[in-house]
Amino acid sequence: MPGLTQAHSVVAPSTASRRIAGALVIVYAIITMIPLLWIIATSFKTPPDSISYPPKVIFTPSLEGYVNLFTTRTRQTPEVIATLPPPTTWYDKLVRSRNMVIAGPSNVIPRFVNSIIIAFGSTFLAVFLGTLAAYGFSRFKVPLKDDLLFFILSTRMMPPIAVAIPIYLMYRELGLSDTKLGMILLYTAVNVSLAVWLLKGFIDEIPREYEEAAMIDGYTRLQAFRKAVLPQAATGIAATAIFCLIFAWNEYAFAVLLTSGTAQTMPPFIPFIIGEGGQDWPAVAAATTLFVIPIFVFTILLRKHLLRGITFGAVRK
Amino acid sequence: MAEIRVENVQKSFGSFTAVKGSTFTIEDGEFFVMLGPSGCGKTTTLRMIAGLELPTAGQILLGGEDVTFNRAAARDIAFVFQMFALYPHMNVRRNIGFPLVCQGMPRGEVRQRVEEAAKLLRIDHLLDRPVSGLAGGDRQRVALGRAIVRRPKAFLMDEPLGTLDTEFRDLMVRELRELHNRIHATTVYVTHDQLEAMSMADKIAVMNHGVIEQFGKPQEIYDRPATMFVADFLGSPPMNFLTFHGGLAAGDRLVRVNGAEVPVPEIREDHAPAQFALGIRPEHIVFDDRSKLRGAVFGSEYLGTTQIVAVETAHGSIKARLPSDRIVHPGETVGLAFRSERLSLFDRASGRAVRSALREGAAHG
Repeated sequence: MPGLTQAHSVVAPSTASRRIAGALVIVYAIITMIPLLWIIATSFKTPPDSISYPPKVIFTPSLEGYVNLFTTRTRQTPEVIATLPPPTTWYDKLVRSRNMVIAGPSNVIPRFVNSIIIAFGSTFLAVFLGTLAAYGFSRFKVPLKDDLLFFILSTRMMPPIAVAIPIYLMYRELGLSDTKLGMILLYTAVNVSLAVWLLKGFIDEIPREYEEAAMIDGYTRLQAFRKAVLPQAATGIAATAIFCLIFAWNEYAFAVLLTSGTAQTMPPFIPFIIGEGGQDWPAVAAATTLFVIPIFVFTILLRKHLLRGITFGAVRK
Repeated sequence: MAEIRVENVQKSFGSFTAVKGSTFTIEDGEFFVMLGPSGCGKTTTLRMIAGLELPTAGQILLGGEDVTFNRAAARDIAFVFQMFALYPHMNVRRNIGFPLVCQGMPRGEVRQRVEEAAKLLRIDHLLDRPVSGLAGGDRQRVALGRAIVRRPKAFLMDEPLGTLDTEFRDLMVRELRELHNRIHATTVYVTHDQLEAMSMADKIAVMNHGVIEQFGKPQEIYDRPATMFVADFLGSPPMNFLTFHGGLAAGDRLVRVNGAEVPVPEIREDHAPAQFALGIRPEHIVFDDRSKLRGAVFGSEYLGTTQIVAVETAHGSIKARLPSDRIVHPGETVGLAFRSERLSLFDRASGRAVRSALREGAAHG
């Protein structure tokens, strides 16, 4: 808006203090990155390397973790292996060198697909419903508006897992246990309250003159919403979508409780990747690494929106 | 283009009545300004004409057609908002063309109409720029472009110059009036700025507390204010009021203000003794040593060709507009005389003007 200038700090930071701040940020980033880097490193170790003590920082990289993650294997005697035709692929060879043969693919791909369908599906639904509800709350005279908003917020006042048993029983009765639809509905229900509240804030910031102008120009309310409000709410929608997606993607408790087979997502699947003699840590680490990537990509794609979204409304331009 | 008639329109928000029974007619091609302080109901009236608010009672006719409860889109009017409401995600061309695209006009025709409108407003060189980088005046022109491109029945403008700085505002006042002279579109313009109103309007309605206090040509409103509110709201500095007690009779040509006889335009109605106010515009005051109304000069404000001299009198402070070559000294005692044919009289209790020869000029002029 003309007449208003951007806020700026009274004293510009000196070069020295900027360097100190930069160094602190880098140190903090390294500290928080270490677990992630360790996981990625572990995913490239062999099982003995992954549990060696003292831990190995320098090691010979191996793709065994990834091979183990994507396959199921059976142990064979060297004599049996000798009778088999020679291995045709590098992963066959790798498995044979451990005196094993590949029995088939593991469940990781269906689980990963489940995670994607459930997380993105519920995020889409939560943001879609949240945007419409937020627009309604922001623009119309809704009877008992404040009470309704409080009610929506109140669904977040206890940890969702507190209602795990009722939901478990309800889902069993409704036949929603271990179904993708059930998980999508559940995550949508949890996320929609967050979405309504976040988006209401964003939409409140958009002057209603935009829709009024569009409505005078010949659009209906819904068209005006689509053409004039939505493009300007894109930032807020992106930020909200990321928050919803992160929740749905990482959710563990309900996933353990309500899914076991066809609808199982990655979080309950990963810790139970068992190799010979217990947890197959390189495979677990490989699964974790792959699991992080979609959120990572999604966040980077929406990064610009996210940064603007989080500070949205704080500074009036 | 069309005539707009507003009949007995009322608007209440809960227990608060924003507009109390307004009736007026804006003739085809007229530049009509609704003027008043903030919260007086002028914007609400405009929004009802636009269809953004529905009246609680009354009727709105656009070109003879009753549009009171029509949707905004069905009224064929254009609205210019104070904050312009330009879509930040579109460039200038798409912003101006937006209403035409809404109506489903073919692309080639939209392009042509947008370019015509842009040429008219001298922004054709900006068409492919994003709106976010534009200066205030150019944004305003884009907003106007979006309005004129439709060739609607009427333009409604809600303080469109409110956010511009003074320099742009003066420029846009001239441009708006020029534009109106060229396209003769019925225009309803809302502002709280009397200078904008006076310099642009064919007709002005002065509103206060949801009521139209006076409706007429700018000069009429300035010279013959119908109420004390109007007299006070228009003019800078505003009209001076000298309060006196007495009765008025039809045919009187004099009033007694604290012992001094002041000639006034012939009074046309009888009034029982009460409090009255004599209204004097600063420019109708001259210093005259023979006058019995005396006061001491308090100070003066130099304005170039004229100066505003504040004089402390027994009736309060009076501001006079004098030629700037008249030298005044603070503390100097002066006599005040008035141009009698230009004076107004008001009933203090009701605030209404007393009928007089001055007011008759209004009816005939």
